[in-house]
Amino acid sequence: MSPARTGGAGGGRAAGPGAVAPGAGAGDRLSRLLAMVPWLLERQGVALEDAARHFAISTDQLVADLELLFVCGTPGHMPDDLIEAEWESGHVYLGNADAIARPLRLGQDEALALLVGLRTLADLQGVEDSAALEGALAKLSAAAGDAAAAAGSVQLDLAAGADPGVLAVVRGALSRSRRLHLRYLVATRDETTERDVDPMELESLDGRWYLQAWCHRAQGVRRFRLDRVLAAEELDADGTPPPEAVARDLGSSLFAPGDEVPLVVLDLDAGARWVAESVPVEDVTERPDAPGGVRVRLRVADDGWLRRLVLRLGGAARVVSPPALADQVAAAARAALAAAEGYDEDERPDDGDERRADGDGGPGPARHRG
Amino acid sequence: MAPAQRTERLLNLVIALLSTRRWLRKEQIRQAVPQYSEATSDEAFDRMFERDKEELRDLGVPLVTGTDAAWFDDEAGYRVDRDAWELPAVDVTPAELAVLGLASRVWQQASLAGPASRALVKLRALGVEPDESSLVGVEPRVRTSEPAFGPLYAATRDRAPVTFRYRTGRTGETARRRVEPWVITSCYGRWYLVGHDLDREAPRVFRLDRVSPGITRTGGTASVPVPEDLDARALVRGRDGAPAERTARVRLTGSAGAGLRLRAGAPADAHEVEVPFADVDELAQEVAPLGAEARVLDPPDLRDAVLALWRGALAAHEPGHQSGQPGHHSGQQTGQQTGTGHEDGRTGAPAAAAGGGAR
Repeated sequence: MSPARTGGAGGGRAAGPGAVAPGAGAGDRLSRLLAMVPWLLERQGVALEDAARHFAISTDQLVADLELLFVCGTPGHMPDDLIEAEWESGHVYLGNADAIARPLRLGQDEALALLVGLRTLADLQGVEDSAALEGALAKLSAAAGDAAAAAGSVQLDLAAGADPGVLAVVRGALSRSRRLHLRYLVATRDETTERDVDPMELESLDGRWYLQAWCHRAQGVRRFRLDRVLAAEELDADGTPPPEAVARDLGSSLFAPGDEVPLVVLDLDAGARWVAESVPVEDVTERPDAPGGVRVRLRVADDGWLRRLVLRLGGAARVVSPPALADQVAAAARAALAAAEGYDEDERPDDGDERRADGDGGPGPARHRG
Repeated sequence: MAPAQRTERLLNLVIALLSTRRWLRKEQIRQAVPQYSEATSDEAFDRMFERDKEELRDLGVPLVTGTDAAWFDDEAGYRVDRDAWELPAVDVTPAELAVLGLASRVWQQASLAGPASRALVKLRALGVEPDESSLVGVEPRVRTSEPAFGPLYAATRDRAPVTFRYRTGRTGETARRRVEPWVITSCYGRWYLVGHDLDREAPRVFRLDRVSPGITRTGGTASVPVPEDLDARALVRGRDGAPAERTARVRLTGSAGAGLRLRAGAPADAHEVEVPFADVDELAQEVAPLGAEARVLDPPDLRDAVLALWRGALAAHEPGHQSGQPGHHSGQQTGQQTGTGHEDGRTGAPAAAAGGGAR
């Protein structure tokens, strides 16, 4: 939940480690220093721990920041020019920092990111305390000034990815801490299940909604995709999850596979790189043979799961080892093509003129009904 | 240079530009900031200084340029506009700060994660502690894994026209497009650019994952007029003027494809399902994993997309593509090889198709 936790994002976006600018992170740190100095100047003698907690950093990091401030100052950089910082006593005192005594305004991207985030929340009506949301929008717009102007250039449409009925039931149960009964499709096993869950967190990622909940059937934290919830019903029972239920960050896995699970080596092209970020992998290395591509090693308990994943990626992923699994993929693709193309030869002699056949009742498709 | 040294350099630069009442010329700045002595040549210093200026502007530092009347040449001088520096004092409540934190986390796994968390740190410096008790545990997130996001986001924000190569979904052909960007938007888990297509002289929607690398700006900042009444959401949901929803017919074997049955609203024992969809590639990626247990009856473009995925997967796993061992078929394959009789005759064709059709 810490707002400072942003490390993974930058790395995931870059084309590769070589693409990260040298000194990346210097700007973020400077920004924190410029926010911290005015705050500390108004709170002379604040405890190191309190200051660190306020800025969501460790005390070691705070001390490193103070050491850095201590050697900076106005041109000349004679002792009198430098910022004074003292923290030996466990309390922080700052001085000679007049030039940066006032907090810096928001940058354009900064204002935009928060404004777009707030508008997205406002879109998901009923999600949050609306007074706080409206207040935050108004005050942020005022604080951002001109920097807010560009915020209209980015829009997030997250409501499109969910059944409004299911979403409303889950949201209601979550806000009232009530238990839910779910009828849920487990897609990897192709089976429908019934279970009672205590809702913990509702997340949206890449256009899909997920519920993290304590599952009474599995006696563990599970994540449910809302578009696979066949039915959701709020029960007349308290839905506070047990203390051992800890929500995980979306994007991380709920399970850490053990060593006994076989290791698979997979080559991903740039277009399939997202796999390395969305399933748990042992390690990721850049591929010299494919720009933007990576080789990953991952533990795979279910061959079928991997086969389906690789078929879906259509050549953008290749099983390097074990060879038997690579053969399975090839066999599955061959079988699928044989079945489809057999059909093709019988029914669709002409392959080029069906541009307009999207509708529901073209003569071609109707032939094999029955 | 280590990040800590760069932070020092930037901080000294900010302080120097804030403390001056006059314009500082580049050479004066080079003297004023001790860390610039690391630059061993004028070119190296210029590069460093350019990067530093950009970084400061990204952080919101109001860096301004001008010239002194007393100077004989017209080289620019720099300083920070102190009147524009300060964050306006707004008294954010603890509950509002909690909501702002939630808004910042929307970007946690996306390319705006840095700006979003910096903004929050700046607001925290106003002194309030967030009160998260009013949050109900709903955490929306977006990701920006498309490489085109960075440059297209920046061009849209700056209202600058761009040109790029784009692969059209229906034909699979790649062509150069010239676009005035209006809005960049995430919908159904994908990023889209909505803008004015200068060649077609009409609004168009572009999927970012179909934009090739190499995006160039063709005009200046703030030169794109954005329509007042633009409804980007409606354009994306029914993009390219096509109806938002089409219907696919898929035949399923056995119990496979429960997800497709669910999507189709069909009973669990249905063997031919009608699946509503908006995006061919997305549905193809749901059908392809089912292999021989699914067969697309209609529409043909979906069928072709699924076949292309299978051909691509086959080509990548064909003997010979791997460690150069021809025909190393082991006996451990699952019993799905219904097509073994004539597979060898086809190995050339799928490989060629995958080479041309795969992304």
